[in-house]
Amino acid sequence: MIPGSFDYVRPSSLDEAVSALRDAGDEGKVIAGGQSLLPLLRLRLAFPEVLIDVASVPELHGVRDEGSSLLVGAMTTHYDVLRDPLIREHAPLVAAATSTVADPAVRHRGTFGGSLAHADPAGDLPAVVLAMDGVFVTSSREIPAAEFFADYLTSTLEPDEVLVGVRLPKAFAGWGFHYEKFHRTAQAWAIVGVACLVDRSGGEVAGARIGLTNMGSTPVRASAVEAAVRGGAADREAFRAAAASAAEGTSPPSDLHGSSDYRRHLATVLTARALSAAAGV
Amino acid sequence: MPRVSIEVDGVKYDDDVEPRLLLAHYLRDRLGKVGTPIGCDTSNCGACTVLLDGMSVKSCSVLAVQADGQDVTTIEGLGDGQGLHPLQRAFHQEHALQCGYCTPGMIMAALDLLRENPDPSDEEVREGLEGNLCRCTGYQNIVRAVRRAAGDLSPKPAQQEATR
Ligand SMILES: Cc1cc2nc3c(=O)[nH]c(=O)nc-3n(C[C@H](O)[C@H](O)[C@H](O)COP(=O)(O)OP(=O)(O)OC[C@H]3O[C@@H](n4cnc5c(N)ncnc54)[C@H](O)[C@@H]3O)c2cc1C
Ligand code: FES
Ligand code: FES
Repeated sequence: MIPGSFDYVRPSSLDEAVSALRDAGDEGKVIAGGQSLLPLLRLRLAFPEVLIDVASVPELHGVRDEGSSLLVGAMTTHYDVLRDPLIREHAPLVAAATSTVADPAVRHRGTFGGSLAHADPAGDLPAVVLAMDGVFVTSSREIPAAEFFADYLTSTLEPDEVLVGVRLPKAFAGWGFHYEKFHRTAQAWAIVGVACLVDRSGGEVAGARIGLTNMGSTPVRASAVEAAVRGGAADREAFRAAAASAAEGTSPPSDLHGSSDYRRHLATVLTARALSAAAGV
Repeated sequence: MPRVSIEVDGVKYDDDVEPRLLLAHYLRDRLGKVGTPIGCDTSNCGACTVLLDGMSVKSCSVLAVQADGQDVTTIEGLGDGQGLHPLQRAFHQEHALQCGYCTPGMIMAALDLLRENPDPSDEEVREGLEGNLCRCTGYQNIVRAVRRAAGDLSPKPAQQEATR
């Protein structure tokens, strides 16, 4: 379908983008890669009066080394994330999850920032950034990942706030990592996904981080599993036992891809697999 | 109305467009480049795939205003009007189409794949084309065609020998 009509502006600085959003009031919407927004406009599920295209805002581009962390610009495309040497070295889990996002054409345009600001609990990157305790850097403040995802397709960004980038700590650089995504067809959203980081010292687990995709209206941490594996043996048996509590405290949706109970079951199986793969056992 | 300047298949066009005009509609309805079909409303099928500054995109999911200042290559820009492009020829030879609706998108996505990976395995072809749906062929012959075209596009050992 043809989208409803709207005005289009393409600011060339962050200040201009913020003032364009302010001028638009509640009727403005940022467009980045458009890979989530344009389908919504075509299906007439969204009716913004003004689109503010942030593609030419220089502050949103590039991946910067900040010493103990990386700042990944919001406009970094999935394609660029997969080829970025800093991300590969310091945040390989981000690249692993990104390689499962959509298809090559969508990855050429879709952006890191857009897929986080979209706050789709079925998106692959929110669980990763949550597991890594990333920090969302916006035009006006910094928001810890644990406070960024508010509800289904809802972040805590204000209507006049632009996501500039996400700060990812390098602390997990040496940890084992794995993104376990379960889906039925070649190119599809996760029915459930598990983002996992494991710090192994010898045969033991010194620490673990686990983020779950599509197990609620926001991404969630599997805190009970993280606690259960800490200090324990790095073997499959121990991981299976610990992963039994993966669905604790979650409220996964029921839809045509699977019931809520099915997703709870999947979360335990996939979490065990993700831990084993991340720990290399 | 914003004015855009877009090069399509080697020809520069300057046009006033409504911001909501999709690149796919610009190509088809304004420029008459109906070689690029539209198959869905959800950005899933890939029928509308073109190259934007050399990289595959789904033209139904790009606004014409977003393509301002960029180069577009459609299926119509591949052959020279006389001979077929090696990918077009391989699709013909391997019987990689039935109704043909997905074919322009398949070929443009395959072109992008071969740019990145000139000699893909079957598995790599399938991954490269995962954003393109075909309701007819079952994909087997499409994979075969892309691999055949890869062979046709890369210089043969004998040719390399000859140019040494
Ligand atoms: C066929 C298909 C399959 C897909 N499969 C997957 C998948 O398997 N996994 C997955 O994770 N994703 C998938 N996606 C979504 C894809 O990852 C998109 O790239 C992503 O969701 C949105 O990024 P974008 O840059 O296109 O954002 P846009 O569509 O431009 O914007 C999305 C939302 O974020 C807001 N926004 C964007 N940038 C900013 C910013 N800088 N500041 C403030 N707000 C901003 C917009 O206002 C809008 O509300 C798929 C998409 C398609 C079309
Ligand atoms: S028409 Fe563009 S993806 Fe289906
Ligand atoms: S040949 Fe008919 S859709 Fe592919």
